Amino acid sequence: MSIFKSKDNKGLPAINTSSLPDIVFMLLFFFMVTTVMKETSLQVQVQVPFATEVKKIEKKSLVSYIYIGKPMSQIVALYGTEPMLQLNDKLINDEGIPTVSIQDFVLSEREKLDESERNKMMVSLRIDKGISMGKVSDVKQALRYANALKINYSAKRDYDNVPN
Amino acid sequence: MFPIIGNTFKYKRMARRDTPQINAGSMADIAFLLLIFFLVTTTMDVDTGITRLLPPIPEDEQDTEVDVKERNVLVVLINRDDQLMVGGEVMDLQSLKIKTTEFFSNPTNSKTLPEMEEVDVQFPPGLSSRFPDGLGTFLVSKGVVSLQNDRSTTYGKYLQVQDVLVSAVNGLRNQFCMDYFGRKYSDLNPMNFVDDEIIKGVKKVYKMNISEAEPKNIGGN
Repeated sequence: MSIFKSKDNKGLPAINTSSLPDIVFMLLFFFMVTTVMKETSLQVQVQVPFATEVKKIEKKSLVSYIYIGKPMSQIVALYGTEPMLQLNDKLINDEGIPTVSIQDFVLSEREKLDESERNKMMVSLRIDKGISMGKVSDVKQALRYANALKINYSAKRDYDNVPN
Repeated sequence: MFPIIGNTFKYKRMARRDTPQINAGSMADIAFLLLIFFLVTTTMDVDTGITRLLPPIPEDEQDTEVDVKERNVLVVLINRDDQLMVGGEVMDLQSLKIKTTEFFSNPTNSKTLPEMEEVDVQFPPGLSSRFPDGLGTFLVSKGVVSLQNDRSTTYGKYLQVQDVLVSAVNGLRNQFCMDYFGRKYSDLNPMNFVDDEIIKGVKKVYKMNISEAEPKNIGGN
């Protein structure tokens, strides 16, 4: 009996926490290595559609982004609610067909790439699913004129309807 | 003399003293703080999407339309209310997939479905018992899906249709790979040399022939 009693009196031994910093540092380095800081801030609302046949974009350095969507609520007062274009981080504020700005954009993006990789440049279209195709067609046409033919319709993987 | 002796004595005493231990108790707190910062700023989303190649702008101003036989074309229309018309019939996405699969494979050799032509395709040798040297002759469809949409069609619907067309072709490619190589097309790794050769071959057998018309107004005023 006395053995049990003495055990009760001892209480729980303190957990050794000396390895805690090591664990935390390990996690920290993992996140530091995997983190990519966002360089663009979205100014338009984009909810990309879902699709089953999506593929990963492998080389992100070759990709430029075109966003199409309605302006975010904080800039509605400035630009209204009509869908707008955002090229990487620049909001385009012209009426009608933005052929010229897209051509300039493609040219400047192409300049940034290494010469050997210029023909591999890809434009990722991140377009809200509610946007009408008229606007999308205008952008596609402008891209054709700018000779940026490799495009990617950004979409999220649809895990619910995976085809067999 | 005296002050010098005194000084040396002083230095000696200081050197002999151990450096005090650094208190590492707050290390965990600092690490946690950094960890939480990176946790919050990390976005783990990978960029995914459907890759397409736009047709280049024709160099001469003339219309460079190619005549294609009617049986070789499947016209997919999406109107301004996001309704689908495929080859003259109103359809939903599910039947579009079945229809497209049938269109590209023409299993019954029907006169109304696209023509097939025999094409020699080189695969890596020794992978399939049906063509040990890797060279096989396959029936390749001449079919082209022509996708047309209205300016008021929503982008979401348009991409869904694109997705279904791609999934129909990928389904056929999967079937082909299972039949001949016992593996799924989607499981092939393009980084692997042999797999890449298979992918190139399969792409020749089942081509992704999707043509997009210049935008028009379909069924909408």
